[in-house]
Amino acid sequence: MDKVKTKKIKFSQDDEENTSNNGSRIEAKDVKVWYDDFNAIKGIDMSIKPNTVTAFIGPSGCGKSTFLRLFNRMNDYVEGFRMEGKIKIDGKNIYKNKINVEELRKEIGMVFQKPNPFPKSIFENVAYGLKIQGIKDKKFINDRVEKALKQADLWEEVKDNLKKSALALSGGQQQRLCIARTLAVQPSILLMDEPTSALDPISTAKIEELIHHLKEEYTIIIVTHNMQQASRISDFTAFFYLGELIEFDKTKKIFTNPSNKQTENYITGRFG
Amino acid sequence: MNSIQKNRLKDQLFKIWGIACTLIGLVLLVVFIGDILIDGISRIDWSFITDLPSRKAEKSGIYTALMGSIWILILTTIIAFPIGVAAGVYLEEYSKKNRLSAILEINISNLAGVPSIIYGLLGLEVFVRIMNLGASVLAGALTLSLLILPIIIVATREAVKAVPSSIRDASYALGASKWQTIWNQVLPASGGGILTGVILALSRAVGETAPLIVVGALAYVPFAPASPMDEFSVLPIQIFNWISRPQHGFIENAAAAIIILLLITFIMNGIAVYFRNKWQKRLK
Repeated sequence: MDKVKTKKIKFSQDDEENTSNNGSRIEAKDVKVWYDDFNAIKGIDMSIKPNTVTAFIGPSGCGKSTFLRLFNRMNDYVEGFRMEGKIKIDGKNIYKNKINVEELRKEIGMVFQKPNPFPKSIFENVAYGLKIQGIKDKKFINDRVEKALKQADLWEEVKDNLKKSALALSGGQQQRLCIARTLAVQPSILLMDEPTSALDPISTAKIEELIHHLKEEYTIIIVTHNMQQASRISDFTAFFYLGELIEFDKTKKIFTNPSNKQTENYITGRFG
Repeated sequence: MNSIQKNRLKDQLFKIWGIACTLIGLVLLVVFIGDILIDGISRIDWSFITDLPSRKAEKSGIYTALMGSIWILILTTIIAFPIGVAAGVYLEEYSKKNRLSAILEINISNLAGVPSIIYGLLGLEVFVRIMNLGASVLAGALTLSLLILPIIIVATREAVKAVPSSIRDASYALGASKWQTIWNQVLPASGGGILTGVILALSRAVGETAPLIVVGALAYVPFAPASPMDEFSVLPIQIFNWISRPQHGFIENAAAAIIILLLITFIMNGIAVYFRNKWQKRLK
């Protein structure tokens, strides 16, 4: 089992003590983002506790997806992207030069808005993250694939058809496959960018239930346009508006007694 | 006549006009092929393919020209395929979208429009003279490689561009490097399109005459090339040579050789279509 990756953040060399099977802590300090001249995020501070579910809400274009994509540096490929401030994961600034972005992304999984399975078999989809790490041990990969598919509550539906093309699955199954694919590399943080917006209510319910279980092992951040979803599944909610963090608090507080008028207007549907 | 009837009439007229336009090309091709078949089909037999060229029409065969074409095809593939695909992938996946890349892009499109004889002159100067390759198969293949590179590059770029960015995002998000993403996701997903482009480009190369004449391909070679440095002829040049002779027998020979050349081109296009369909099915 020497190849099994422990859950510690090891994308930078120095720290070796954090080996717990837990999610990671995320801190953002005075984060600003530009796309060319457009100031998409205007100075956000935020601290996210391990093993919690945090929902990012706000009208389209408010910067919540941009902010989410900062945590696994997916904005790096966007032309004209520029960023200031610090983002620390378990105390390590992930925008330092010596950070290995590939290693970072193995620790911080991401699920996208539209299910995006690879045009390959179900098995190959889930095994991909392990394959690119150079792992060749067949039994190890098989075990991981099975475990990930079980975690994503998809195993029973596909266990006899692992060689089938992932594109033959339904939309909801595809999204759970994408979650399994992410879990297979055993990250400590799960970023979800509107993961249910393209799914029917039954598939949505399944994924929400999944998120509820997964928070025992992962720190989860979910971007959503669905207020009920945010209130159902999250512990904390962050409301973004025009590139600023308007309010960030316990979900219960945000939805029952928000301290900001804009937040109240948004969650009650009066604008946005 | 009210306006509805008028519009219907216009609709019908355009439809007929469109059908006529579509048929013009097809009918001409059918007439041409029919004519060639009548002239040449009786001349095709095994010895026509295995005989060397001769002064006597009925004894002449296409062996040396056919072998020359096959040599050219293989060498051109080996040279142009990796270079063209790599350049296409680079332009689409790596190069930053700035002024320089825009200039590169326009010039590659321009290259695709340069008359083939200009490539012949370039090949003559660079490969035959400066690199001292002589009028060899290799010099011919290098020249044709230059000619079809822009086509392969453009085809590769189109195929790579057609791969949804969500696939790349998924790969990157799992910790894949750029190269791993290209190798494991982008190239397999775009392979059908790339292969189709390459095969179509090669089938163009097989039919090229002018640049090879400039490079110094011979109209009469008594032997098939045995190495890349040998002199050579190709089918189109053989055809050209035969057509320019006065004796009727050679006209028949030319028609027969045209049938063989068309057959090669059609087979290659057929393979391209097959790959495209197979790949599309796999992705669904």
